[in-house]
Amino acid sequence: MSGSGVRAAAGWVLRTLGRALTVVVVTATVVFLALRLAGGDPVEAVLGGPGSQAGPEAVAAARAQYGLDLPLWQQYLVQLRNVLTLDLGDSYARRVPVSDLLTAQLPATAVLALTSLALAWVIALAVAVLATTARGRLGRAAARVLRGGELVASVLPHFWLGAVLIVVFASTLHWFPATSTPGSPASLVLPTVTLAVPLAGFLGQLVRDSLEEAESAPFATTARARGASPTRVLGRHTLRHAVLPAVSLSGWAFGSLLSGAVVVEVLFGRPGLGRLLVDATLVRDVPVVVGAVVVVALAYVVLTVVVEALELALDPRRRAGDALVAAA
Amino acid sequence: MRRALRGFTPGAWVALAVVVVMLVMVVAPGLIAPGDPTAIAPREAFEPPSLAHPFGTDESGRDVWTRVVHGAVSSLGVGLQATVIGVALAMVLGFAAGLGPRWLDAGIARVVEVLYALPTMVLALLLVTVRGPGLAASVLAVGLATAPGYARILRSRVRGVATSGYVAAARLDGLAPARVLTRHIAPNALWPLVAVLTLGIGQAVVWVAGLSFLGLGALPPSPEWGAMLNAGRVYLTTAWWLTVGPGLAITVTAAALTALGRAFGRVGVA
Repeated sequence: MSGSGVRAAAGWVLRTLGRALTVVVVTATVVFLALRLAGGDPVEAVLGGPGSQAGPEAVAAARAQYGLDLPLWQQYLVQLRNVLTLDLGDSYARRVPVSDLLTAQLPATAVLALTSLALAWVIALAVAVLATTARGRLGRAAARVLRGGELVASVLPHFWLGAVLIVVFASTLHWFPATSTPGSPASLVLPTVTLAVPLAGFLGQLVRDSLEEAESAPFATTARARGASPTRVLGRHTLRHAVLPAVSLSGWAFGSLLSGAVVVEVLFGRPGLGRLLVDATLVRDVPVVVGAVVVVALAYVVLTVVVEALELALDPRRRAGDALVAAA
Repeated sequence: MRRALRGFTPGAWVALAVVVVMLVMVVAPGLIAPGDPTAIAPREAFEPPSLAHPFGTDESGRDVWTRVVHGAVSSLGVGLQATVIGVALAMVLGFAAGLGPRWLDAGIARVVEVLYALPTMVLALLLVTVRGPGLAASVLAVGLATAPGYARILRSRVRGVATSGYVAAARLDGLAPARVLTRHIAPNALWPLVAVLTLGIGQAVVWVAGLSFLGLGALPPSPEWGAMLNAGRVYLTTAWWLTVGPGLAITVTAAALTALGRAFGRVGVA
């Protein structure tokens, strides 16, 4: 690796760390403001809202943990320190460290989100390729139907799609279980499909739009003129170009998957971060909710790093750009 | 307007028709479902969909179709309220960032970017935790959680308009800054929101219903669609129509508003 390469890598690491720091600081600030602007004694909010049955020692412990006896600006610094050091405190409702709860629930949600993401991409690519390569009157009619289907799929609410899948495939056809059992791949099927279909609709629209654009782009014509077969043009040239916008909007996919996971985990009785979050919201278990928000924010930072690497791998122009920057 | 409608695709016309039907449900639900949404008939409980009861009946024998039609006003109402809250906050942020000094713009842009990264549902749950569950809290939460998305669009729009030639011309003409803002910048920056808003109301309806479904928003026996879903969830395996009917209403509403919003965007209302 050359000196400029090392410099570029160091710059990248610093930029990534800076972004992570920004995300965590902003998240901590929003949480702080939200809790203070809600009005009332913040201890009450921390301990489960008005009428909570917290004993005096719990109140004292919460005051110390959140530094609530300090001036406001110091309280803010305490909150910031707690979040930055991932000192998330104890769950008020369950009386265990929040970090333990989160690490126990994180894998289940990660598995669900990743399988759904994979399935969504498979569906989106298949539909986009079918819709753009369809020929003839029947083919074009089918492509139009697929296009409408994409829009409907992209707005399907998870709670409704999941319920319909349960009614059809669990209680009527008995193909897949409606409730989750640990270690059973069959029980992952319906939750995965529920999360994947709306995302596939969204990704499919993006991929199809840019695939249609790429099919008539000069580089595709050049490849065809050189005698490349349609499959080769698709596989080597246009598809790679077509997935880029959808990859760049992975943040949207992240939001859709996590928002959906909240609903899906409750609907299918799956353990996971989403269900933990809903349970904590119901009893206003603030430390758990804050912890979950911080973990989600950090996961987003990891995602942006992965997406950046993917874009570099997919888009030669970006790599050329970096080389030029490094050479300058 | 007429030019805009001529650009509509058949799909957009269908969406427009659905939205008109939805508006009739809001204004005069009795025209579409003349029955009483609260009339109970215990002997007709849990009847599956039929000609007499297109969406079946619930545990007290109430007609689900009638309840869905009469629930439109509350479901679309909360969707609209949440959207107004979100856009109001976004306007404050967007105009402050777009017209304010560089440091303010940079600060707001950074904060909005991070909030936009957080999944809407996670942000909404955080806000519901602060206020405690309930319909008002969930509407507020959805409104605030969707604000970063609007703020992003508004900020770039305001910046674009504020640095445009005609605004510079208005300033050079000696117009007061307030007048430049209200006469030139605001109308041109807000115009594209028509398309985004149409889409956004549909999304907000889904988010609020989602919170109700999780038991954090409107509670049964309110005929709000999300609350109906929540009530029907217990009977999902025995009386599926209690969930499927109201869910269909939410889905059709969201799909129609999304398609209409896109059509507005395409034909250049935006």
